[in-house]
Amino acid sequence: MSGNGSKVTVATTWLDGCSGCHMSFLDMDQRLVDLAEQIDIVYSPLVDTKELPEQVDLGILEGSISSDEDLHKAREFRARCKLLLSLGDCAVNGNVPAMRNPFKLDDVIERAYRENVDVNPQIPTEGVPALLATVRPVHHVVDVDIFVPGCPPHADTIHYVLTELIAGRTPDPGRVTRFGA
Amino acid sequence: MPLPVPQTNVRVVTLKVDGQDYSAREDETIIEVCRENKIPIPSLCWMDGLSVVGACRLCVVEIAGSPRLQAACATRVREGMVVQTNTDKLQRYRRTIVELLFAERNHICSVCVSNGHCELQWLAQTCGVDHVRMPYRNAGYSVDSSHEMFRVDHNRCVLCTRCVRVCDEIEGAHTWDVMGRGSGCQVVTDLAKPWGDSESCTSCGKCVQVCPTGALVKQGTSVGEMVKDQTFLSILARRRSHR
Ligand code: SF4
Ligand code: SF4
Ligand code: SF4
Ligand code: FES
Repeated sequence: MSGNGSKVTVATTWLDGCSGCHMSFLDMDQRLVDLAEQIDIVYSPLVDTKELPEQVDLGILEGSISSDEDLHKAREFRARCKLLLSLGDCAVNGNVPAMRNPFKLDDVIERAYRENVDVNPQIPTEGVPALLATVRPVHHVVDVDIFVPGCPPHADTIHYVLTELIAGRTPDPGRVTRFGA
Repeated sequence: MPLPVPQTNVRVVTLKVDGQDYSAREDETIIEVCRENKIPIPSLCWMDGLSVVGACRLCVVEIAGSPRLQAACATRVREGMVVQTNTDKLQRYRRTIVELLFAERNHICSVCVSNGHCELQWLAQTCGVDHVRMPYRNAGYSVDSSHEMFRVDHNRCVLCTRCVRVCDEIEGAHTWDVMGRGSGCQVVTDLAKPWGDSESCTSCGKCVQVCPTGALVKQGTSVGEMVKDQTFLSILARRRSHR
């Protein structure tokens, strides 16, 4: 994989996840220094940029599709990234966010914001995206090219996948990770 | 199917598996020959020491001259048989079967007591299942914690019926059975009473140990703590068949 100039451009974001996959990314520690010479993080919660560029080589999504905002972000990433990678179990299979799926959305909201709240119970509507009735993995709403399961995937796993991609090879994440790893 | 009684005058046959020649006793199944010779065929419902049900179809193989795929656990070897265990077609079918198992119930590995010690997880990894293509059913299932030592979580059950067979054939209690059809199918204790109210259960724990997933577990286990020990089964099964 090669980007504009010599560096591979990478964009990341989190949807309905706990940010643990991004923490695992940071857990690559000193290897990040070497990676920084080969990749350019153009958009991410880890950097300051506010706009997703029109063209990105690799998009990395953490988290499941749980709200209309998640859906919008996933579609935008798919449209602008040459390769799209689902990072972690929430993105790959719905994981913990999807545990609400067997229940009706109204019941879930009622339980979270009224039944279990002692002081001033109220359902938030302003400034928060509307939740979808069913939580879905990213590839159930847009095409995904690479799947990296794990909760979170180990830093070594992320490093393996990135270095393979940078070298122009297709990684086989199943060799180093699995659901729940 | 009754447990095989060892016979004295069994013949030996030769067969080809993945291009290699092997010899085997004529009363053996393909999966037994493959296990002895370290040829990896995935399996789920089959277990050494229990009767054969041929239900999960993960062990399907191709046999030259046969138009259909055959379950290696339910097919005896024959003289001159030519078997393929790992063609692209078989890999495709196995992958689909494992994906359907994940889509059917609710498997959240990261918070499961069996995380890291689960046969379904391991099958997913070895069959190359890193995502599930079909929609999840998202149907809610119950958890029965009424037994003082054990718990059943139907969200994790793959309906392999190992629990049913071990309880009937090895323990002799027949506490477990299967109820309902299709997507309504479920394993039940006694006549679908809470496990804790069961009069037949001896609390031996055999079903918990043979269950391949986090469906049957010990009370008090937390995420990843449920490690199973299945060594007892082949020992008990052999002793019983010699009686
Ligand atoms: S039973 Fe196995 S596959 Fe299912 S959630 Fe538990 S660890 Fe994962
Ligand atoms: S604990 Fe023993 S007797 Fe009770 S259901 Fe399980 S196998 Fe049967
Ligand atoms: S409870 Fe366990 S052993 Fe019994 S059918 Fe379900 S998965 Fe198989
Ligand atoms: S292992 Fe042969 S059908 Fe299940």
